[in-house]
Amino acid sequence: MALKFPIFMDAQSTTPTDPRVVEAMLPYFTDKFGHPASRNHSFGWEAEGAVDAARGQIARLIGARDPKEIVFTSGGTEAINLALKGVAEMYREKGNHIVTTAIEQRASMDVCKRLERQGLEVTYVPVAPDGLVDPEALRKAITDKTILISVMFANNEIGTIQDVAAIGRLAKEKGIIFHTDATQAVGKVPVDVEAMGIDLLSCTAHLIYGPKGVGALYVRRKGPRVRIAPLIDGGGHERGMRSGTLPVPLIVGFGRAAEICGEVMREEGARLAKLRDGLQDTILSNVDEAYLNGHPERRLPHNLNISFAYVEGESVLMGLNKESALSSGSACTSATLEPSYVIGALGASAELAHSSIRFSLHRFTTEEDVEYVGKRMIEVVKRLRDMSPLYELAKEGVDIKSIHWKAE
Amino acid sequence: MAYSEKVVDHYNNPRNVGSFAKDTPGVGTGLVGAPECGDVMKLQIRVNLETGLIEDAKFKTFGCGSAIASSSLATEWLKGKTVDDAAKIKNTDIVNELRLPPVKIHCSVLAEDAIKAALADYREKYASAGAGVASK
Repeated sequence: MALKFPIFMDAQSTTPTDPRVVEAMLPYFTDKFGHPASRNHSFGWEAEGAVDAARGQIARLIGARDPKEIVFTSGGTEAINLALKGVAEMYREKGNHIVTTAIEQRASMDVCKRLERQGLEVTYVPVAPDGLVDPEALRKAITDKTILISVMFANNEIGTIQDVAAIGRLAKEKGIIFHTDATQAVGKVPVDVEAMGIDLLSCTAHLIYGPKGVGALYVRRKGPRVRIAPLIDGGGHERGMRSGTLPVPLIVGFGRAAEICGEVMREEGARLAKLRDGLQDTILSNVDEAYLNGHPERRLPHNLNISFAYVEGESVLMGLNKESALSSGSACTSATLEPSYVIGALGASAELAHSSIRFSLHRFTTEEDVEYVGKRMIEVVKRLRDMSPLYELAKEGVDIKSIHWKAE
Repeated sequence: MAYSEKVVDHYNNPRNVGSFAKDTPGVGTGLVGAPECGDVMKLQIRVNLETGLIEDAKFKTFGCGSAIASSSLATEWLKGKTVDDAAKIKNTDIVNELRLPPVKIHCSVLAEDAIKAALADYREKYASAGAGVASK
């Protein structure tokens, strides 16, 4: 197959919408445009039926017993906001403490920071160098004021998959609500809210080959019945937890995307893991001082994150951006001008955080794509090392840490 | 945010990449920045001890494309200048030439620091020996 440039290998930021998903959505923009809350005519019933079908498709993908447990939101960020703020408000009489980890995605971190400013207490449990949080460390962080444990299912940068079932058991044992941000995991690896003891789960359509602009929060109805305060008041849609007219075409697309993921997940995961492993081997066997970030086994099948010592991530991406799209934990590629706190939380030096590159593969990634990007990555890193003063010093045997750097 | 054409050109075809041995006569070396900040520049000048003119300049940079471009441009500008004139290169000149956006201004600041550090190193080594006639 001929290569098509630029090669998209940034599928943990977003994914292309599957053509089958687009096809499912289209009638709901035109002929089937009804409002699902219109109870007295066929347009409304048709729309409501489509939304409920999608609820069922998503519920099946995550092992939820009842489609009513799916609350539609505008995306993963809103789902996370709703889970954390909704629990904090609903259970404030019971306690004011949240246990989470140091590597949650930005949305979770920012919500926690805001809740802290509002007087809540948040414990950010550190992770091991492979990105795994120890459930026993979570246990130790729990106090009699803890109302929520929030731990991501799989990390967006390094792909490390947490022992969610163990955390679910801990939450049950302690009688604490457990939220997991599963935006990166749903549709990619098996997720089962019942078997894993998950009470709240955030997910989003655009990371599973669905449209942007829609996500969902799973809210457990039985054992325990979880209650959350809404962020948005209005017509009382979504059982009062999220008012606002439902975006029916997006929801239909989300449902279809979930259905397809359920059908192909096993095969697709195996195919992508094989391509990813090949890419990893090619790079690590051809580049010295390239380090794998995250857990070598417990990780998403489509994720690869490598730090290339002595070269800065944005400059690496610049060398490839005509031909491919990747992302980096470098400060220069973030809005905050700070390097990746995720790589930092693994205990790596800040320099290696600046040097990290994330490859994320997707449904339409080919073997040729992976071979090409691997080959070019090796060339670009070598070229940049030839102009890196740090690489030169290292090759001269100078310990870079021994130099007294004058930071700006 | 797309890169300016000049940044892309310097990134793709960096001028004067390399190193002089530190004990080469007339060489001044500046090493600025810090690995944990994501930017380190090494900039060297080689001054003709007879004429006081910068005959050659070289750089190596660990940093983003704009940092590489800023130091590449700096080496181009340094060549042929006297040590005193070289000290007049300002970071704003680099910003204007490369059309750096506000978030990349620190790259130009680092390049100016690298120039100053290389000039200071040169002066420390050779000014006391009576070199750098053009500095009079």
